[in-house]
Amino acid sequence: MTQEKEYVPLLKVENMKKYYPIKGGIINHTIGHVKAVDGVSFEIAEGETLGLVGESGCGKSTIGRQIVGLEKPTEGKIYYDGKDLTALGKAEMNQIRTDIQIVFQDPYSSLNPRKHIYEILAQPMLYHKISDKSTIDKDLERLLDMVGLSRNVLGRYPHEFSGGQRQRIVIAKALSLNPKFLVCDEPVSALDVSIQAQILNLLKSLQKELNLTCLFVGHGLGAVNYVSDRIAVMYLGKIVELGESKDVLLNPVHPYTKALIDAAPVPDPEIEAGEHGILQGEIGSSTNPPAGCRFHPRCPFATEKCKTTEPMLAVCNGVGVTPGHMVACHYADRFISEGKAGKV
Amino acid sequence: MNKSRNKNTIDITNESYLQTVFRRFRRHRLAMFSLVVLLVLGGAALLAPIIAPYDPEALAGPFAAPPSAEFLLGTDQIGRDVLSRLLYGMRISLLVGIMATLISTVIGVVLGLIAGYFGGIADMLIMRFTDMVMSFPYILLVLVAASIFEPGLWSIILILGFVDWPGIARLVRGNVLTLRETNFVKGNIVAGMPLRHILFSEILPNTTAPILVYATSVLALSMLDEAALSFLGLGIQPPDASLGNMLNGAQSLTVLTKQPWLWVPPGLMIVVLVIAINFVGDALRDALDPNSSHRR
Repeated sequence: MTQEKEYVPLLKVENMKKYYPIKGGIINHTIGHVKAVDGVSFEIAEGETLGLVGESGCGKSTIGRQIVGLEKPTEGKIYYDGKDLTALGKAEMNQIRTDIQIVFQDPYSSLNPRKHIYEILAQPMLYHKISDKSTIDKDLERLLDMVGLSRNVLGRYPHEFSGGQRQRIVIAKALSLNPKFLVCDEPVSALDVSIQAQILNLLKSLQKELNLTCLFVGHGLGAVNYVSDRIAVMYLGKIVELGESKDVLLNPVHPYTKALIDAAPVPDPEIEAGEHGILQGEIGSSTNPPAGCRFHPRCPFATEKCKTTEPMLAVCNGVGVTPGHMVACHYADRFISEGKAGKV
Repeated sequence: MNKSRNKNTIDITNESYLQTVFRRFRRHRLAMFSLVVLLVLGGAALLAPIIAPYDPEALAGPFAAPPSAEFLLGTDQIGRDVLSRLLYGMRISLLVGIMATLISTVIGVVLGLIAGYFGGIADMLIMRFTDMVMSFPYILLVLVAASIFEPGLWSIILILGFVDWPGIARLVRGNVLTLRETNFVKGNIVAGMPLRHILFSEILPNTTAPILVYATSVLALSMLDEAALSFLGLGIQPPDASLGNMLNGAQSLTVLTKQPWLWVPPGLMIVVLVIAINFVGDALRDALDPNSSHRR
C-alpha cells in the first residue's frame, strides 16, 4: 500500500509475551503458566489496518488488551509513535491514553446500563476537554452522524437498542476521543450476519475518513480480509504467517493458514464438505505447548525436524510470492515451489 | 387488529428507571400496605412532640393505671403515659435503626469497593477483617463499650453501625468483582477516565439495587438489636424511652400477666415495624431486579 512512502510504523510490538500464572497446590503457589502470547512481533504503519486471525484461545485478544494498556505484557515492548508504552510514567501515559481506543466484542456489556447515551458519550469528551458545555451538543451530533445514528438516541438507555445499534454507539464512544489507533476486538462476532456487514462497512469507511490505524482482531477470515491491508495468522500464541491480505488469503504458505481458509464453509452445494480435508486434532495446550513447531501434532507434513526445532517467522522467497510475506515454517520454500501449500 | 389497542399498553421504553421500579413495586400488595404502615408510624414518630398527649418523662397520672379515656394505653409503674412514651420510643428506635444502617452501609460500601476493585493484599486484609468482625459476638463488644463509654443513644448507634457492615462489604465486593470485568468499565479505563469516575460513576450505580435491598434487612436487624440491648439495660437509658427499654419494665411475672398494656404495645410495634420493613425490602428486590419483570 505505502511502498513509495517511507515506512514509519505507528505501532510496533516487539517480542510480546503474556504469561498468566496458574495457582494451585496447598500453599497456593504458582505451578505453571498459561502462555497466552509467546513472543509476538509486528508493526503497523500509520493509516494501515492489520488483521489478526486465529482460533479461540490463540491469544489474539490478549494482544489487543495489552496494546490499550488493560494488561501489562510479561515481557517485550510496545512502541507507539516511537514511545515505549510499557515504560511510560503515569503522566506521559495519560497524554497518549486517548490516542489508543478499543471496541469490544460484546456490545451488550460495553455500555453502562444505568446511563443514557448522552452521559455515556459526553462524559469522556468533557473530562478530556475535547469538547465543552457549549459545543458538546454539536459534537455529539457530528459523532452520531458519523456512525449513522440520529441525535434522538441521546436520551435513551442502552437496553433500548439492538446489538448493531449498540455497537455503533460503542464505536462512536471510542471515536469521540479522536484516537489515532483503534483496536477492534472481534467487533462483529456477536452480531447477526446482516448487521456484521453494516458494521464492517461502517468501520471501513471510518478508517478512510479519519485515517485511522487499526488492529482488527477476528476469527472470521472473510470479515478480517474485508477491512485489513495485511493479515497476521496466529496459532497458540505465535504468529505463523504475516503478509498482504490477498497474499495470505489466495497464496497461503503455512499449512495452518491453508487449513483455516479451507475450514470456512463455501456457499456452494456442489462442493462437498471435507473435500479439502479438515484439520485433525485439537488446538494444543497453551500451558505446555508442543516442542518444536507448535503446529506439528496437527500438521500433515510434519517431520522429525518439526518436532524438535522451532521455526522462526521469516520472509519467504519464491516464485509468485510477494516480498514481505512472512511465514514460520521449515518447509515454506518447498511448499511454494511445489505449489503444495494449496492442498492440505 | 386496530392500532388504538397498542396505545393503551404501557410504553416501557418511555418510562424512566424509577418509574419502572415503582410500577413493579406496586404489584406487591403486601409491600404497598407495609409501606403505608411504615409511613404512618414514621410520621407519628416524627410528629411525636405535637401529637403526644403528655410529656413522656412526666409523671402524669396514677401508677400502672389500665387504659382509659384519659390515658389511651394506660400508665406505667411510675405513672408516665404509655402512649406518649410509645411515640417517643418509636422515634428513638427508628433513629437508631436508620443511623446505624447509614453508618454500616457507608463503611461496607467503601471497604467492599476497595477490596473488590483493587484486589490483592488490600482485598485479603479487608476480607479477613470482615470475617473477624462477623464472627465477633457483638453483645460482648457492647458490654465492653458500655463499660468504657456511657451507654446512650449515640454510643448504641455507633456500636450497631460498626458491627452490621460486614454483610454489605461482602455484597459490594462480590458485585465489584464482576463489574470491573465488564466491557464498559474497561472501556472507560481505556478512555482514560479517573479512578473516582470508574468507582463512583460506573461501578457503584450498578450495585445500588442490591445494597438498597440489603440495607432494609440491616435496618430491621439493627432495630431488633437495639430493642434487645435496651431490654438488657445496655442500650437507651431511662428516662429516655425506646421500644426496647419499655419492654425492660416487663420483666416481672406480675407485669406480664396483670399489666399487658405495659409490654404489648411496644412489643407489637417492634414486630410490625420489622415485618413491614422486611416486606418492603422483599418487594424492592423484585422491583429492582430486571429479570423479574414477567413474574405475576
